[in-house]
Amino acid sequence: MPGERTSLTDPAQQFNEEMLIRRIRDGEHDLFYELIRPYERRVYSAALAILRNEADAEDVAQEAVLKALKHIRQFRAESRFSTWLIQITVNEARMRIRRQHANRIEPIVDHQDEEGNYVPRDFADWHEIPSETLERKEVRQKLAEALASLGEKYREVFVLRDMQHLSIEETAKALGISSASVKTRLLRARLMLRDLLAPGLGGSWSSKLSFEKGTKPW
Amino acid sequence: MVVNCEEVWREISNYLDGGIEPDLRLAIEEHIRGCRHCAAVLDGTRNVVQLYGDERMLEVPLGFSLRLQRRLEEENMPRSRRGFLGWMVAAAAAVLVAGSFEAARSSVFSHPELRSEHAQPGAGVPPDMLVVVSTDGKTFHAAGCPFIHDKAHIQTIAAREAQRAGYAPCIRCMKQYLNAGCFALGPVDTESRCSPLEQLV
Repeated sequence: MPGERTSLTDPAQQFNEEMLIRRIRDGEHDLFYELIRPYERRVYSAALAILRNEADAEDVAQEAVLKALKHIRQFRAESRFSTWLIQITVNEARMRIRRQHANRIEPIVDHQDEEGNYVPRDFADWHEIPSETLERKEVRQKLAEALASLGEKYREVFVLRDMQHLSIEETAKALGISSASVKTRLLRARLMLRDLLAPGLGGSWSSKLSFEKGTKPW
Repeated sequence: MVVNCEEVWREISNYLDGGIEPDLRLAIEEHIRGCRHCAAVLDGTRNVVQLYGDERMLEVPLGFSLRLQRRLEEENMPRSRRGFLGWMVAAAAAVLVAGSFEAARSSVFSHPELRSEHAQPGAGVPPDMLVVVSTDGKTFHAAGCPFIHDKAHIQTIAAREAQRAGYAPCIRCMKQYLNAGCFALGPVDTESRCSPLEQLV
């Protein structure tokens, strides 16, 4: 919920986090959940963005948290704990998806060249959508479906940057790519999502969106 | 500076993030004022960033948090027990040496009524030491003790307060503060029950 938004730069939270990390390193492992609790939804969403499967995402989220606990001594304070945790999650999810590669359905837009120019579709004006729209589960579902339809490299960047609010540099670090690549992929992801969602968000949510089966815009 | 539609699309992400030079920003704004298509692209892209950036989009399945906590507890348990076993071996030797001294001290130490009739009062517990108790528990613990009951309702308080409230030392993690070896005692309740060492293996 909006009221639960975690400020990642809150000094009090930062201090509390550092104290918790010290105590956990000293053996108070029971405190680890308290440390990761503000980020558990981010961990899950990062895993889901890559895996596109709720069961796998939860499993990977748990594995990532356990791995972070196991390696807490390797965490260096020069990066934020949340970024480190998300980086572990991304790596775990990527390893999982590599293992599943043989059974994976090819992402529907991976064939596109990220360096090429993307031409946004010419829809009618799309005025500001009030955030109250998100109260509707069907709207959140449509947004999730649109995101899931993007290729992995676009989903990863978009989720870390626009949903988890990491900086360009943090996103680049978490994904092991350059900042320039983050920007390029982010632009493409945003424009593709805009094209996917414009018919529904700009018009009536009662009508089916154009990206549903058989009617994808590319 | 004049920009065309393609240049606007290429920069629209940086424009929204505030990452472009003022001249370019002005040129894009000038272009958008006269281009319906680019204005719609900008509006739509801005909506995408705002909607997906909402915390409500970070949904987790029902019970996710609980399952994660349980998984962590399961992970912590064996490690804690292993660490605790090593500590117990060392502590057992210390208790043998110090046992008579502690027993003598306990004879002059008064305690409030304990929450468990079968538990033993502690002796020599540093009053300012922080310990963990649970609302419905009967014993106080060191943080991280795997035998804390009802972990959803625990709080950290000073040992002095715990003893004042009738909590007794956990026979596992606070054994050094017990008056005598509890293996020889009679029936005890669930939380304060002594366990043979081998049960911890």
